[in-house]
Formats: sequence, C-alpha cells, structure tokens
Amino acid sequence: MARIVQGKTIIDGTASGIALASSEPVSFWGGYDQVTGEIIDRRHPLSSQMAAGRILVLPYTRGSSTSTAILLESVRAGVAPAGMITDRADIFLALASVVADEMYQMSFPMVAVSRSDFDSIKTGDHIQIDDSGRIHIQE
Amino acid sequence: MISNVAGFKTYLTDYDRGLLEGEEGKASQMAMRILHRMLPVYGVDRFMDISAAHIDSTVYMGIATMEYAERLASLGAKVRVPSTLNVSGVDEFGWEDWEVPPEVAGNAIRQMKAYEAMGCIPTWTCAPYQTDHAPVFGQQIAAGESNVIGYYNSVIGARTERYPDLLDICAAITGRVPAAGLHLDAGRAGTKLLRLKGIPRALQEDDSFYPVLGHLLGRKASDGVPVVEGMEVQPNMDQLKAVCAGGASAGAIALFHLVGITPEAPTVEEAFQGHVPTTVLEIGMDDLREAYRELSTSQGEKLDLVVLGSPHFSVNEFKALAPLVVGKTCHPDVQFLVTCSRAVRMIAEHVGLLGPIEAFGAKITVDTCPLTSPMLPPRIKHLMTNSAKYAYYSPGLLNVDVTYGRLSDCVKSAVLGRIEREEGAWRA
Repeated sequence: MARIVQGKTIIDGTASGIALASSEPVSFWGGYDQVTGEIIDRRHPLSSQMAAGRILVLPYTRGSSTSTAILLESVRAGVAPAGMITDRADIFLALASVVADEMYQMSFPMVAVSRSDFDSIKTGDHIQIDDSGRIHIQE
Repeated sequence: MISNVAGFKTYLTDYDRGLLEGEEGKASQMAMRILHRMLPVYGVDRFMDISAAHIDSTVYMGIATMEYAERLASLGAKVRVPSTLNVSGVDEFGWEDWEVPPEVAGNAIRQMKAYEAMGCIPTWTCAPYQTDHAPVFGQQIAAGESNVIGYYNSVIGARTERYPDLLDICAAITGRVPAAGLHLDAGRAGTKLLRLKGIPRALQEDDSFYPVLGHLLGRKASDGVPVVEGMEVQPNMDQLKAVCAGGASAGAIALFHLVGITPEAPTVEEAFQGHVPTTVLEIGMDDLREAYRELSTSQGEKLDLVVLGSPHFSVNEFKALAPLVVGKTCHPDVQFLVTCSRAVRMIAEHVGLLGPIEAFGAKITVDTCPLTSPMLPPRIKHLMTNSAKYAYYSPGLLNVDVTYGRLSDCVKSAVLGRIEREEGAWRA
C-alpha cells in the first residue's frame, strides 16, 4: 500500500531508501560505527543493523555532545543514512547535515513528523522524501 | 534585516548580517552561515550575545573533525569571547606511554593546534569550572560537553543550551547563539519534582551517593529539568560535578535544581518559577539501590584497571586520594589511572600530592581520557571506577565490563588485585 505523510522539513533535500525504524533514541557516540554505518549500541533494538544508505527513523538522539561529530565522520566516509525521519527537530542530527554540506557538499535531508505518523513507519518500508517534507511510503 | 532560511523568517542585527555577508572575513562568515541555518531548527528567529564559551569540538573523532577545525583556522578564525577547551583525543606530551596509534596522535595534535590557533585557552579539560576560567551566575555562555553544561547551568547558575560539537566553536567565533531554551528564564523552570524519602544522612555524606543520584536523575527525568527536594547535607564541588556527569550520561540533563543548595532553587516554588509541579516522584532507597546496581556490569571480581577522573580529577580529589595510597603498592596485575587537566596536575605536584600517588604505582594522564583517546591496551577487560560517567560509557565504548565503587574501594581493590567493595548502606 502506498501513502503519503506530510512532515516538517528540518533539512531540505531529497532521498530514497529502505526504512530502518525504532522508537528508541540512539546516542551516535558509542552507538554508530562511523567506519561501517552499523548501529553498535548493544542495548538498542537496532543493534547490528546497517544504517548506511537507509532512511533512519528515530525519535531523536540521546546523550553526548559528540553525536554530531560521529555523524559528520560517517557522511565523509560514505556510510551515513541517506535521510532521517524524527519526531522532533533534533539539533544534533540537523547540525551534522548542515556542516557536511558546508565541508563536503554532502548533506542528507531530515523531516520531523507527528508521533502517530512516526509510529506508522516500519522497518522495511520503501521511503521517498521529497523537497517539501512529503514522505512517500510504500509498505 | 529579515532573511529567510528554508521559508523561515529570521531577524538579524547589522552585526549578524555583516558576518553573514563576509564583512568580517571568511571564517566568521562560515560560522554565521552554519548558525543561521540552525536557527529554524531551534525554532527561534533571532540570536543573542554570549560572553564566554567552552569548546567540545576538540574531541578527535576522525579526519572530518580535524578537517573542520583546520578549515576554520585556515580561514583565519579567531574566537570573539574567552573560550576554554575541552579534552582532546590524546595527551599531547604523554600519549607514547600508552597504545595510541601514532597516526591518530598526529591527527589529534593537528586538531589541537587548530583550536589553539583560533585563540582558545588551552585548558584541555572536561572540568573547566575547576580552573580559574569558571563563569559567574547569570552569565550567558555557549558550552559543549554534557557534564560542563550541567555544572554551568545547575551549580553556577550560568546559562547555556546543550551545544553539539561543531556548533560551540561557531558560537565562540561569532559571539552569538540562537536565543532559545536554557538561555531564557522560561526554559529554566523545573519540570519534575523528585522528593527524597528515607535516605540516611550518613549516605548523603558519602561520596558514593552523588554519582548514583546523577545516574538516577538521568533515568527518571531524561531531558527535563528535575528538581530534587530533601537533601540534608551541603554537597561539595566534586560531589556536585559527579551529579552532573551521572545525569548527563544516563540522560540528557542540562539543568537540575537541588532545593536549598543550587542558586536558582532556594525553595521548591522558586525552582518551578511559581508553577505547580505536574509530576512528583518519591525517591527512596530502593530507587537509589537500583541506580547503584545499574552502574556496574561486572559479575566477578577480576580487575585490570582502576580509572578515576571523569570529569577530570580536582586538586581536592587528589588530596583525598593521597592519604589512601600512602605506603601501599598497587597490585602488579592492575593498572591505576587518574585523568586530570595539565593545570591540576601541576598544582598537585607542587603541593606534594603526586609523590605518594605515583609511588603507589598510579599513572596520570592529562588533556584527555580513555573514553576519547584510544590509549588502553586490548587486554584490559575489567574496570573499576568511582565515576558514573566512566561506568556508563566504558562497556559500550571500550568493550569492557565495569564495577562502580567509592574511592576507598577502588584503592583497596587495586592493592588486592581483585574487586572488593564495602557495600554499606547500598546493601539491600
């Protein structure tokens, strides 16, 4: 089934990929392998999943100030998520995209959606994020 | 000037606009461009002034963090406000004593030099409030590093948001931050009341209480502003910093109020700025014991390394450690590491505290810590610490198991070569 969710653009841009979704926030510092793009927080439900090139669906980031730096490293290494969907305007994630654009002209889009829309997106959904914050979902 | 970022209207002063248009050079322009693009993410439409900064972008995470620092430095960046530096990725003059790969050390030192070239104060510490560059009550600051953010806001009553790495330096270069959150009165009101009940005074006087209290705040209040009522003793600076580090590791606590102790909380009413608390939790010994248990992952008594000093050890903590180790020897199979700033090491040395500690067999690392520097040999698998922050992050970042215990237990275990704790009031 195909449907469209309208979100709020946090970082503009387009992306498409397969969703990797969890309602549990992640700390990228200690939780994301910046060389491989794997989720390595062993207490997290997405532990061992590859997030590189996926549409990562997480409510927000937790913990350290260093999460932004880890995500920037992963963009430079080519193993960042293709795009992100959150349930709020996450400053730590958005900044990584802004700085990646500034440094390497490689940003990723980010869209914030309502909690009910957030919960409706599942791992494995085919996702397309367009320029106006619309999310096309193919389950 | 009104300008649009992604359809969001922003109000810029002549100064902001000048920076954005490059009138003050390319580095200020880049810093302002990044800040300006972040305004809508903060959900506010203007900037405000800061008068100091603490830079956590110093932590070396790889080529990108180094390239970012070097880009700014090469564009001629200079900080506009006094800016202390957080830990680096290596102990600049001591990394060869450990297992840091030379390539990482070389890059991390390049990154250090870039921040020094921007005119920052080379404090290289995650406890800048224990140097002579601490801010004052009410001062507007941009701070990175989660425990520093907690300490500045909660213990000193200075005002900073939770700044991510990479943004703190933009704020320092421009002297401007989004006028949001904890910078404003409204963002500083308590969100949740935690009422301590039946916590023995003797436990409140024990150092092992404070990291556990911090961990519990992180667990119970997540990213809110917890208000704690019922403290019977006046904690010292090191005990308060332990609360900050614990709360910022298990949760994202950027501000907490201890009623009758921290400056914005003379009373519960003032901590909540006159609002009635909507959530009230009673915290008893069972809750604290659970938090205490969560800080350890170790099952057995094996011990490879005792590590102290997250946040960085203070002179007073060295003063507490020295008499505990005098005349004793660390077990040959156990390493004993204390992390602190250059300045604190120098003072500790001058006043004669380092002699007995080094004679015991302890090593001192400055500028960094094992969480941010790849310095530990892989054979180290079992850690013991008195720090909630080391306890929280070590299992994930260092792939070790960890035991939390008070300072005297860390020393005793290091001598015995195996973990032994005095459970005291923690025993159920």
